[in-house]
Amino acid sequence: MRTDYPSRFDAAAADLDAALFFDTAASRLSAGGRALAYFAVPEDGAHRLLLAIGFDREGAVEVYSTRVAGPSFRALTPSFPELHLFEREIWEQSGLRPEGHPWLKPIRFNTPGAVPGVADYFTVHGSQVHEVAVGPVHAGVIEPGHFRFQCHGEKVFHLEIMLGYQHRGAERALAAGPDARSLRYAETLAGDTSIGHAWAYCAAVEALCGVNVPPRAQVLRGLMLELERLANHTGDLGALAGDVAYLPTASFCGRLRGDFLNMTALVCGNRFGRNMLKPGGVEFDLDYALIKELKLRLEAAFRDVAGAAGLLWETSSVTDRFEGTGVVTRQAAEGLGLVGPAARASGVGLDTRRNYPYGPYEGFTMSVSGSGDVYSRAYVRWLEIQKSAELAAGWLDALPEGPLAAECGPLAPGCGAVSLVEGWRGQICHFALTGPDGRFRSYKVVDPSFHNWQGLAMALRGGEISDFPLCNKSFNLSYCGRDL
Amino acid sequence: MEIVKPLAQYLAALALAPLLPGVINRVKAFFAGRRGQPVLQLYYDLYKLSRKTPVYSRTATWVFRAGPAASLAALLAALLVLPFAGRSAPFSFDGDFVLLIYLLGLARFATVLAALDTGSAFEGMGASREMQFAVFAEPAFFLGLTALARAGGHASLAGMFGALTPGIWRVAAPVLALLTASFFIVLLAENSRVPADDPNTHLELTMIHEVMVLDHSGPDLACILYGAALKLWLFASLIACVVLPRRTGSWATDSALFLLAVLGTAAAVGVVESVMARLRLLKVPYMLITAFAFSALALIFQMSR
Repeated sequence: MRTDYPSRFDAAAADLDAALFFDTAASRLSAGGRALAYFAVPEDGAHRLLLAIGFDREGAVEVYSTRVAGPSFRALTPSFPELHLFEREIWEQSGLRPEGHPWLKPIRFNTPGAVPGVADYFTVHGSQVHEVAVGPVHAGVIEPGHFRFQCHGEKVFHLEIMLGYQHRGAERALAAGPDARSLRYAETLAGDTSIGHAWAYCAAVEALCGVNVPPRAQVLRGLMLELERLANHTGDLGALAGDVAYLPTASFCGRLRGDFLNMTALVCGNRFGRNMLKPGGVEFDLDYALIKELKLRLEAAFRDVAGAAGLLWETSSVTDRFEGTGVVTRQAAEGLGLVGPAARASGVGLDTRRNYPYGPYEGFTMSVSGSGDVYSRAYVRWLEIQKSAELAAGWLDALPEGPLAAECGPLAPGCGAVSLVEGWRGQICHFALTGPDGRFRSYKVVDPSFHNWQGLAMALRGGEISDFPLCNKSFNLSYCGRDL
Repeated sequence: MEIVKPLAQYLAALALAPLLPGVINRVKAFFAGRRGQPVLQLYYDLYKLSRKTPVYSRTATWVFRAGPAASLAALLAALLVLPFAGRSAPFSFDGDFVLLIYLLGLARFATVLAALDTGSAFEGMGASREMQFAVFAEPAFFLGLTALARAGGHASLAGMFGALTPGIWRVAAPVLALLTASFFIVLLAENSRVPADDPNTHLELTMIHEVMVLDHSGPDLACILYGAALKLWLFASLIACVVLPRRTGSWATDSALFLLAVLGTAAAVGVVESVMARLRLLKVPYMLITAFAFSALALIFQMSR
């Protein structure tokens, strides 16, 4: 069923007969569709499968659902690899077995008796082949994840990434809402994407309430989202420089990331933008003095970032290290359904702000770089930094007048809503379903990391094992956003 | 008196070596706009580590425990044949530079064995990389010392460095310049500095030297850190002797100039680390082959001089 994005739709209208559901899904996915979310919700002793497909070219979202009575369903993964993690997740969460799935194993280990990381791994045999296991405890202060390399000397045949250590039951907690805690859960789905996930949550609730967000609130949300993007992209460029031991950019960007975070804190009192958004609008306003201060700081920080990032492209030892490292082809990126800067670095023309324009992003133009290597992923970030700074400066100059928030009433019962937001890491998808009582029946979150981890594994294939940390940093994915 | 001075110089080298990493760190901090850690940080670290109880894996054998001590012993012995400010070393004989290279090789061998003994995949990778790069670094260093022996007409380290005078730069500048460049590249690679390695990284998969010593702790780690400082001192003082041959007859002035040159070499390492990124691992051999080419050219120039 085609829905008007981003408004709500009647959940019952999406229902299809089981055979028709899988045929339709296959035909829509091969007709330019991309899986946004695919999950199962319990329904009267059986399960209902829900699939949201996004059509990036048209900016349309279609939702299909079917009731699965038996213990298994037809796996679509063999034809559409982008679904492989979704189907594994369905199997793990509901017990429904995707028949024909080529690599069925847990993804979060949250079922009784499952131990994180304990599963069958892909292995390569041969007298010169060796296996390197990294994590889940790492040397840096980072999140836990297990990486298993099948290597031949320095060359990597295959990398398998096993996560799930960060599972917190966030979706279940959100599904118990909406209540006072729901927004706080959304803000902490991935700690560095507070604004992005909070916005996706608010947009889903607003669609279910049928509320329009006032223009001033939309622009303020956009401003905060772009500040979040600026902070993270700047931090990433610094971290990339740090990984190749290039001191100047690493040191500068570490400080500059803080400058952007402090600007966020100036507006809402929290460096990560917590408490800024609420369903219907925003909590904090800008007055004239604050706008002036933000403009000054933005200008100064952007000028410094331009200098620090410029050093990267001008230093031959850095570009030599970045170029040709960790290549993800466009074909692989599209096949795996990659999103965000990682996809745009492989030449995929997908940016939610352009393809599914929302809020203040009408007329947005996208930044794409083509070579799919670490250089490309770094350079796309720099292009986006420029774009974000330009957008933020423009909004500060011309902030619409009007109220900060609209009143949200009760949620429409028996409905669903899909919300898409371009977080700094890529497309965030929230899919909310309400029950007959007007409360959430299920709440599905798809963080961009959920799609992109497989891209990192592909980037290493045929590469050098010593390049892994650099490739990993160039994706900079969230563990908790994926494990939820 | 003839035995006291070389001994005093030897002890001075042992005492001053941990200063060099401190100087490098301060230079890097300066470039990064930070204040940086104290210059004497390594002394504090060594003191702290020496009082700790080492932790040993149940799977490691005596090879692992002996590694750091054997490696440090080899480096301490290597320093015995090293001239200080171009003057005689505690031990000196014809061909002692071959012994120096073998002692460095022995230190490496002990470290690599200890790394392999842990059975860790990381350490095995590090050991493999260390040996691979040594294959390229050692010939460059050996050939460089041979060229120097020809230039000075002596086959002992003290002799060849003693024969170096400011005057020799006038007649054999290309040879000495090439040797300086070659030794500097070998220094960077042998002491796991940027662009060959990154001493500051926490990413095991990219490490070369650091990953081999991950499992050592306490006094063992102190031995390794101190040994690394001695090795840095050794290479820096060779470069200092080439770049700044002795000028005056005065013991004190010569020593001060020499120390300045050693610290200057450390500062140069810091500058290199601050302005360039690390090489891709597979390209490190290219850099070492360049050093070999420099040494070979120096030898050819010297033979045809």
